[in-house]
Amino acid sequence: MTPSTLLLLLADGRFPAGAHAHSGGLEAAVGAGRVTDLATLAAFLRGRLATAGLVGAAFAAAAHRAAGQPDRAGLLALLDAELDARTAAEALRRVSRRQGRALLRAGKAVWPTAGFADLPTAGGGPHQPLVLGLLSAAAGLTRPETALTAAYQTVTGAASAGVRLLGLDPYRVQALLVDLAAACDRTAAEADRAAGEPPWRLPAAAAPLADIHAEVHATWEVRLFAS
Amino acid sequence: MRAVARLVAHPDGRGGTRLTELAGEPPLLLRRTGHRGPVAEVYVVGAAAGPLAGDDLRLEIEVTTGAAVRVHTVAASVALPGRVGATSRMMVSARVHPGAALHWLPEQTVAAAGCAHLAESRVEVAEGATLTWRDELICGRHAEEPGDAVLHTVVDLAGRPLLRQTLAVGPQAPGWSGPAVLGGAPATGSLLVLHPDRPADPPWVHPGGTAARLPLAGGPATLWTATAPDAHTLRSHLEP
Repeated sequence: MTPSTLLLLLADGRFPAGAHAHSGGLEAAVGAGRVTDLATLAAFLRGRLATAGLVGAAFAAAAHRAAGQPDRAGLLALLDAELDARTAAEALRRVSRRQGRALLRAGKAVWPTAGFADLPTAGGGPHQPLVLGLLSAAAGLTRPETALTAAYQTVTGAASAGVRLLGLDPYRVQALLVDLAAACDRTAAEADRAAGEPPWRLPAAAAPLADIHAEVHATWEVRLFAS
Repeated sequence: MRAVARLVAHPDGRGGTRLTELAGEPPLLLRRTGHRGPVAEVYVVGAAAGPLAGDDLRLEIEVTTGAAVRVHTVAASVALPGRVGATSRMMVSARVHPGAALHWLPEQTVAAAGCAHLAESRVEVAEGATLTWRDELICGRHAEEPGDAVLHTVVDLAGRPLLRQTLAVGPQAPGWSGPAVLGGAPATGSLLVLHPDRPADPPWVHPGGTAARLPLAGGPATLWTATAPDAHTLRSHLEP
């Protein structure tokens, strides 16, 4: 199947869902002195892709799968609870739901006929990967494309934040992303395979510093990024 | 080596706890060492080095309404390489009934060079039960890079997901020692505290920026998570 323009539109950082306002935990990692240059940024992106990237992509793919199921609302509620259980830091749950809200606002405007009413919003908005999954389904993207979009966004957002936070050479940061492309493809493929499993078996890759960084960042009074 | 151990606790009718089953097989042996008030104290006594790749060890714990158990291990377990291509497995599954209490406070798991280890915890906690659950992982013995180790934790509260975490370290885990995951720390772990009468504490981060208190979404539960330069410092963050 030929990849579609819709895939590029949804994956594009310019899609109006506020992605540019988030650093994916990089700002706090820079603040803690753990990311200082290209090499440490590369290690950060690799670790983020294997943890938050895999989990987010699997949940986006699972929501895409749920979109076409008869018990869609029940499945989405399960996915919501399962994703909460994989997000130990309250700050990260809040960020996911805030990003989900922003993406939903854009999605409703772009695809007004697609139904999003059954998205669980109890914790302050729907989790971002669930919105992305439903949006991708509404746009007619495939499940592997959905997983790829999610995995791709977890590294590109943090990478461009790296350019701003550390004043890195954007060409060399782009070269890092090119080096990561194969790993991103593999992560998306793994997430897509996992999405065929029941919700409780979805990946739960954890990163202690992601939780710690998120809670530190939430206490900062002055910051460049929302997360 | 394959071994299954099983511990079942009931109230003894006098405010204490009676262990109606306490059975193990080498290298997984259980010893009752006494009690602290109503809480029965049990030690897992490792009778061999390891686990070695290829070993499959399972421990099942059930604590019924009104009983309380505290489980320790006598020493750290060191996951070692064994049969080529094989994985060592340590699975602890626990069921805690309403009004029961389980405190699982083992010593560390050390992932030695070349190991392939999976540590799985599966806990079902009923509404109104108390749980303390600690997991600590040391990545490599002294000045050694670890093999592959995966810590997989699944906790359900009243049939709903409370905690799902898989921490992977070693050559097969991309970026595990980098600034997104452990930041070069060789020791990491978590302590889950679930108390039915006590709401979870608000988020808090240790001034050193290496440990945090995280209230969970799915119930009155708090997860302490930490990274540390050594086992001793790690433990100081994860004392219940």
